[in-house]
Amino acid sequence: MIEVQKLTKRYGETLAVDGLSFQVRPGRVTGFLGPNGAGKSTTMRAMIGLDRPSSGQVLIDGKRYEQIAQPLRKVGALLEAKALHGGRTAYGHLLGLARSNRIPPSRVGEVLETVGLSATAKKRAGGFSLGMAQRLGVAAALLGDPEVLLFDEPVNGLDPEGILWIRELMKKLAGEGRTVFVSSHLMSEMALTAEHLIVIGQGRLLADTTVEDFIARNSRSYIHIRTPEPERMRDVLAGDGIRTEKGPEGVLEALGTTLETVGKLASKHQVTVYEISPRTASLEEAFMQLTADAVDFRADLEVR
Amino acid sequence: MSDTGAAVAFEWTKIRTLRSTVWSLALFSAASVVVALLFGYVMRGTYADLDAAAQARFDPVASGFSGMKLGMIALVVFGVLTVSSEYSTGSIRSSLAAVPRRGVFYAAKLLTGTATALVVSAVVVTLSFFAAQTMLGSPASVSLSDDGVLRALIGGVLYMTLICAFSMGLASVLRSSALTMGILVPLFFMISTILNSIPGVQKVAQFLPDLAGSLILRSKEPHGDGVLTAWTGMAVLAAWAVLAVAAGYFAMRRRDA
Repeated sequence: MIEVQKLTKRYGETLAVDGLSFQVRPGRVTGFLGPNGAGKSTTMRAMIGLDRPSSGQVLIDGKRYEQIAQPLRKVGALLEAKALHGGRTAYGHLLGLARSNRIPPSRVGEVLETVGLSATAKKRAGGFSLGMAQRLGVAAALLGDPEVLLFDEPVNGLDPEGILWIRELMKKLAGEGRTVFVSSHLMSEMALTAEHLIVIGQGRLLADTTVEDFIARNSRSYIHIRTPEPERMRDVLAGDGIRTEKGPEGVLEALGTTLETVGKLASKHQVTVYEISPRTASLEEAFMQLTADAVDFRADLEVR
Repeated sequence: MSDTGAAVAFEWTKIRTLRSTVWSLALFSAASVVVALLFGYVMRGTYADLDAAAQARFDPVASGFSGMKLGMIALVVFGVLTVSSEYSTGSIRSSLAAVPRRGVFYAAKLLTGTATALVVSAVVVTLSFFAAQTMLGSPASVSLSDDGVLRALIGGVLYMTLICAFSMGLASVLRSSALTMGILVPLFFMISTILNSIPGVQKVAQFLPDLAGSLILRSKEPHGDGVLTAWTGMAVLAAWAVLAVAAGYFAMRRRDA
């Protein structure tokens, strides 16, 4: 179990993480979702003590990462694929990590087998593709057979086969009762792997919920209405108790109603319409909607 | 303390699984001994032609170490690379995930790096000395039991080890190979020599780390207006090394990886 407690991280003027609190429970894949620059990586770096929090803390089974003896046996982290020296072989890289936490060297061969790198174990990692480096990073995370696994954007650089592989791996690890925490900036990716979601934007918590609940609450259905008389149409719908929102390019979006109702009302009040159609916002749109403010604010900051 | 032992094993594995660190140590050894051999060979022929005053000034021990002062570049590269390559490649993040206690990590790195430098230097100093003396032959050569010779040999090992520790400390502060080497190479191989040959500046220049420490490399007292002796010079170098290592420790503790 991971407990993030009022975590705040400041880089000079920039507030990367702002009083963030949440918990990650074992036995399921928890997705960590947010647009680029939302503070996901900073939060994960703070989890393993690479970044010192400005205030607050992260506890893993009640201990700060630095307090854990032989931390690789407790927590495995893939934060960035290229966190290794390109001059070292895959085997050499893992051997050093194994020695640092008194993990038997025989374990190196096992994890290389697991990630499918046995054949390239004696090759220097500098020549690895991003996908191979990512697999080596996964091998390093699995080395100590840890209860807690952190993956920061693990599908980056993987081919479709690799993506499928890592999704299955994460589900399998969670199925074994481990705590699996995986970040992504893609909602669609999370929908496929995660059961639970932590959504952040601008360093703050936006949602802490199950994926099912998140989808139900955020995927919005509406009737898309294109008309030269949007004001009249809106009044007509309002007269029937139907709420509307302004869509892009003068389009009206009627919520909580049916195609038939809107058609009948338009005909009855003789409003010209060019198009009436049912629409469902995709999960990705729902996520963008949720984090829109955060993204806008960040873009502002960067311009300044 | 068991985790420090594991952290040392980690650092040692990192040293021996990289070609660059292994090669820099090999280069240090080869350059030192080969130049010592060449030097002895050349001096054997010219020694007899020197006048009495020049023969008296000739220091066979210090001269035999001239190869080591060249090979020192490679040892400095070794010290700097063991630290800065972690930052330039990003492997520091794997390393600190494995050994999150910064003090333990830093101590293990310094300990392993300087111990390696100590062992390699002991071999190189001994080989350089015997190589130079064998090539020199009598009457120019000296033996181990002569005045100041053993001191110079022990001092040579300490000198190389402390220079390596100094380099590692500075690299921990600067975190960049290019920047650290950009300071150390001119400092050790140009600035010291230039400043030391300007009469007025020499009084200050002798306190530079490499100049202060290198006083012990000779078996005869140096000429010139230096106030440092072999052992006080060594103490000055040690102080520089302690300063650099301490600064590196604070940088390691305070900054994010």
